[in-house]
Amino acid sequence: MKSVLKTAVAGAAALLVAGAAHAATLDDIKKAGVLKCGINTGLPGFAYTDDKGKWTGFDVAYCRALAAGVLGDPDKVKYVNLTGKNRFPALAAGEIDVLSRNTTWTFKRDVDLGFTFIGVSYYDGQGFIGRKALGIKSAKELDGASVCIQTGTTTELNLADFFRVNKIKYEPVPIETNEEARKAYVAERCDVYTTDASGLAATKTTFAKPSDHMVFPEIISKEPLGPLVRQGDDQWADIARWTLNVLINAEEYGVTAANVDKLAAKATDNPEINRMLGTEGALGAMLGLRKTWAVDVIKAEGNYAEIFERYLGTKTPLGLARGLNALYTNGGILYAPPMR
Amino acid sequence: MTAQPFHRSQGDMLTGRAAPVATVGVIGWLRANLFSSWFSTALTLLALYLLSLIVPALIDWAYVDADFAGDNRFACKSSGACWAWVDQRIDQFLYGRYTADQTWRVDLAVVLLIPALAPLLFEGVPFARQLRWFSLAYPAVATLLLVGGIGLESVPTDRFGGFMLNLTVGLAGIVLSLPVGILLALGRRSRLPVIRVLCIVFIEAVRGVPLITLLFVSNIILPTFLPPDVTLDSLIRVIVMVTAFASAYMAEVIRGGLQAIPRGQYEAAQALGLRYWQTMGLIVLPQALKISIPGIVNTFIGLFKDTTLVIIIAMFDILGIGNAMLAHPDWQGLSTEAYVFIALFFFVACFSMSRYSIHLEKRLDTERRD
Repeated sequence: MKSVLKTAVAGAAALLVAGAAHAATLDDIKKAGVLKCGINTGLPGFAYTDDKGKWTGFDVAYCRALAAGVLGDPDKVKYVNLTGKNRFPALAAGEIDVLSRNTTWTFKRDVDLGFTFIGVSYYDGQGFIGRKALGIKSAKELDGASVCIQTGTTTELNLADFFRVNKIKYEPVPIETNEEARKAYVAERCDVYTTDASGLAATKTTFAKPSDHMVFPEIISKEPLGPLVRQGDDQWADIARWTLNVLINAEEYGVTAANVDKLAAKATDNPEINRMLGTEGALGAMLGLRKTWAVDVIKAEGNYAEIFERYLGTKTPLGLARGLNALYTNGGILYAPPMR
Repeated sequence: MTAQPFHRSQGDMLTGRAAPVATVGVIGWLRANLFSSWFSTALTLLALYLLSLIVPALIDWAYVDADFAGDNRFACKSSGACWAWVDQRIDQFLYGRYTADQTWRVDLAVVLLIPALAPLLFEGVPFARQLRWFSLAYPAVATLLLVGGIGLESVPTDRFGGFMLNLTVGLAGIVLSLPVGILLALGRRSRLPVIRVLCIVFIEAVRGVPLITLLFVSNIILPTFLPPDVTLDSLIRVIVMVTAFASAYMAEVIRGGLQAIPRGQYEAAQALGLRYWQTMGLIVLPQALKISIPGIVNTFIGLFKDTTLVIIIAMFDILGIGNAMLAHPDWQGLSTEAYVFIALFFFVACFSMSRYSIHLEKRLDTERRD
């Protein structure tokens, strides 16, 4: 049943791509004066509204950086909030220019659905949270446990794989939404609760006594999350890709929202920074953008580190450590190609 | 011994005595409604016991032990509900992202709704005749107020949100679906095959798919068939789809009412020389609609609650606003509070509709069954 549905979605998406195959996304955006960015309807840390009703979060910051690079103004974004089910048709139909919605980069989505993932903005992975009172230290000891799980996501398949590989049994407690799963776990309808590790950290802070619960060390899947665009417009994909790369490179070279204007005022000793910020060469023109597009990208929300710490980092209620998402120079795997 | 008569007469009338205490007033009502038999007595006691368990705990949670102030959920220290968000978020819950200094226009539109609806809903409203003209103009007035124009700052419809979006979509759907539904119901019973088949196809096609699918199609599939320059406003798409959906149900509800009208009524109308529309407008529909009131209001209530589905096309009604708030790290996990708060709005709206329908049924009841 599920595979039939997937085929149908893929078919519809392919049809829509064929229908909406107009190459010049950049021209359309410039003409409209606004970037249409697909984001979540609400995910802690990644997309949420502030008390003024403005969208904000890690995924939203990318939209703002991209709009700043393309249009020179991070506020020129029209947010389109999408559910897990309608995000792909919306992108295929051209309702949005880019999807920045905690979407896992997988083979089928990249190849079969006709999208182009432009990089990884967050390396996530599926984990477990359980009560310390269970007295176990590892997810491999979960034999016979009941597991709260959100249906219709990759987490469901990962879970089945994990228990099969480790030859242990479990009893799934299927739940529709993340919030329901959280409630079910609090009400002790299941022993453990599984979702992406970033989500577990966020969920843990909502418990009455967070210290009574532990996130098990096992991460059972790879969930590289990143923005994606429609296939068929390479120029637009390049713009989206190098916007993300600029954010990561800016962290590596120490360019921040605070010092970017000073560094861009005149050429520095570091040619990488000069090329990125447009004081040397003409990288912006190759993308069809302004010479100083990267300056605007960085000014929008800061570099990768600034964005991460503002929305997800240890000083936020989510309290996520950089982990895999640290630069390769700091023990992580974040590594952007050079600006040359 | 003279025979005593079987009857005796009495000069004075007996003065009336008050009815036994046990059958009137509060006690009488209690006996008749709550303790009329051992079974209902048992049920009453059980219900009282359950209420005594729930109500005090609920009051403790919602009020006594609750926190009402604070900048985030960590400021809520007590064991009860955390209402600190209400103060900061109430505008979003009511108006969505509607331009902040223009929200008075929404308030005004709601206030003007009262004189617009009153002469339609109730009898004995003063100046009813003049007010009905205002009722007719109200949709245009409300659109002008909400969207802008003629000197009012324009507010794009994608800024509409919160309960105001539920009300806009719900009311527009209710007002439009009743006439469309009546036409569809008449069309389905028409003797003209083309009209009949068209109506049947529309009703069955629309009723055969979930509303969420219709909204999805209107938003994602429809644009690919339209020329790229044509953009339909999202709000209009929603209202069209909600109206289409509700009117298909409405048509069947009204057709049920039409079926109940005896054939003699039609024949009598024909014998009087009335034409089709006169027959329908003067004889059949007034009776059929009266019978259909519970079903019609049922459809209205369903429609109103379905307005929460607009989240599927990226519009944030009061429920979507609530969920977006729950994603904020400061307010995460307060779903019970948020959902209770939202449920109150829907309950007030739906319960009022239900009470009004009962009022209307009583007013129109010509058979005086009780």
